[in-house]
Amino acid sequence: MWRDHLTEIIVFTVLFLLVSAMGFVAARWRAPRDMAHLDEWGLGGRSFGGWITWFLVGGDLYTAYTFVAVPALVFGAGAMGFFAVPYTIVIYPMVFLVLCRLWSVSHRHGFVTPADFVRSRFDSPVLALVVAVTGIVATMPYIALQLVGIEAVLKTMGVTGESALARHLPIIIAFAILAAYTYQSGLRAPALIAFVKDTLIYVVILVAVLWLPQKLGGWGSIFDAAEAKFQATAQNPNDGILLNANNQLQYVTLAFGSALALFLYPHSITGVLASRNRDVIKRNMSALPAYSLVLGLIALLGYMAIAAGVKPLPGSTPGSADANTVVPVLFDQQFPDWFAGVAYAAIGIGALVPAAIMSIAAANLFTRNIYKEYLKRDASPAQEANVSKITSLVVKVGAVACIVFLDPQFSIDLQLIGGVIILQTLPAVALGLYTRWFHRGALIAGWAAGMGLGMWMLYQIPNPATKRAHFGGSAFPLSDFGFDTKKTIYVGIVAVLVNLLVAALVTLVLRAAKVDAGRDGTTPDDYFADEGDPRVTPGPARDADAAPEPVA
Amino acid sequence: MTASEPEEPGSASSRAKDHSPWNWLLFVPIVVPLIPVFFNADAPRVFGFPRFYWLQLAYILLGVATTTLVYQLTKKRGDR
Repeated sequence: MWRDHLTEIIVFTVLFLLVSAMGFVAARWRAPRDMAHLDEWGLGGRSFGGWITWFLVGGDLYTAYTFVAVPALVFGAGAMGFFAVPYTIVIYPMVFLVLCRLWSVSHRHGFVTPADFVRSRFDSPVLALVVAVTGIVATMPYIALQLVGIEAVLKTMGVTGESALARHLPIIIAFAILAAYTYQSGLRAPALIAFVKDTLIYVVILVAVLWLPQKLGGWGSIFDAAEAKFQATAQNPNDGILLNANNQLQYVTLAFGSALALFLYPHSITGVLASRNRDVIKRNMSALPAYSLVLGLIALLGYMAIAAGVKPLPGSTPGSADANTVVPVLFDQQFPDWFAGVAYAAIGIGALVPAAIMSIAAANLFTRNIYKEYLKRDASPAQEANVSKITSLVVKVGAVACIVFLDPQFSIDLQLIGGVIILQTLPAVALGLYTRWFHRGALIAGWAAGMGLGMWMLYQIPNPATKRAHFGGSAFPLSDFGFDTKKTIYVGIVAVLVNLLVAALVTLVLRAAKVDAGRDGTTPDDYFADEGDPRVTPGPARDADAAPEPVA
Repeated sequence: MTASEPEEPGSASSRAKDHSPWNWLLFVPIVVPLIPVFFNADAPRVFGFPRFYWLQLAYILLGVATTTLVYQLTKKRGDR
């Protein structure tokens, strides 16, 4: 039991406590004149330079769950799990120019969330509410999944118990600490911790990819062992170290659709808006793929686990296996205890950075687009910051409750749904940055159509491996649409295409009927503003409240 | 255009910065990694990696090179 893992537990705990201390100290790092402002607490003063942004956004996008779930997917299905690599390659050139526009318009108008932008652009609090609620619903299960990442590590170290409370106590403590320093330091805490997290991850992965292949007979035999395993197990026709004719479309649409969705997540946008200027964003689009390389190598840990003969630990229900423990078990078997402890700390701390940023992003959405819009219109910046801080606590309690009281599988299902539903904000947020052609009413109609179709498609997908009838994955068989083929496609892509189609058609109808389209609160010039612009002033000097009004 | 006087010079050059024919290059690393015919094969192997794996990892370099190139070519010259 846990006594066999004492060294690992000590190393893990020491690093974890060190990072927690950093989280509290972070409030004084690059200290603001006045912390009681949402720009300071929720966006770190909008002042982060290239390096901080790189660590922050990198630590934000490449989460602990990714580090645990991607190799687990490669372990189980092979090539299909490698979609994370093309996904994180195409994302950066795709958003290279889009994010700059978002940054500029947000800084001119003091927008904190994507919904703030939508409200002003389309003159529609309802559409903004739709975007905000979609963002919060998509983010919540993502936070809960970070706990799944920590739990996989704790389980491997033998820190489990019979009762639900004993099993979850370490996670509850970890999240209580996280909640406390996020409350105090805001976005500065994850920004500072991200340095430690990413350094640990890079060290662990470098050691793993240089050392493990030597122990396991070289890369060639690792791939051969994986191929042999997939050949031997015949129950899943779509596994293997290469794609087959039927899952190529799924691979490509999943990579592309996930890339479209990534920067619609509120937590990604929070990281981007916290940067100092447009140059920082552009340089980061070139530098962030360094994480993709790490992610690709981490994915291959799944094959190393096959070659090393790793057996995942049992899952929560009898007879099932918890695939997420594949990588922790591999480290436990192959590394000396102290280094396995470092690796576990990397994953555990890796969960804290995104969890903090996600809870901040969700809290900002609630504060700006629900509290200020519907509950207290004249909220001062200090009140906004306060509401956000309290909401971030509520969000984390909710995430812990999800894991403690519900089956973790439920969070995984919700995250799958989250990727599909966040895509439905694409026409309003991403296309909205370029065109105001779509009518606000049509965008709401398109969103509803995309949501409805997406949910229905996900509901239809069974998973034979886990014997579940619904929400078994994101690969929708085209034969269900009546096509005579075995090919599958990513649900999100189909849903967002229908969303766009409905939005376009309804726009034409509403225009023909001369329904009022509202007034654009932004000017074409807003999308090119940069640091130094007379109306782009970072931090508390700017009056965030007066911003939504355009110049006369 | 309703912007006030002093902003005009800065915004005009920043607009030039956003609109550049070089930006079309960005489509290369978006399209190429999504064509399975290029990478979905075992041979040739490099350091034991099947083509599926080494080529897709190499696409990361393609992405970095393209975004860096576009950034350098479209950078505002002179100031900052």
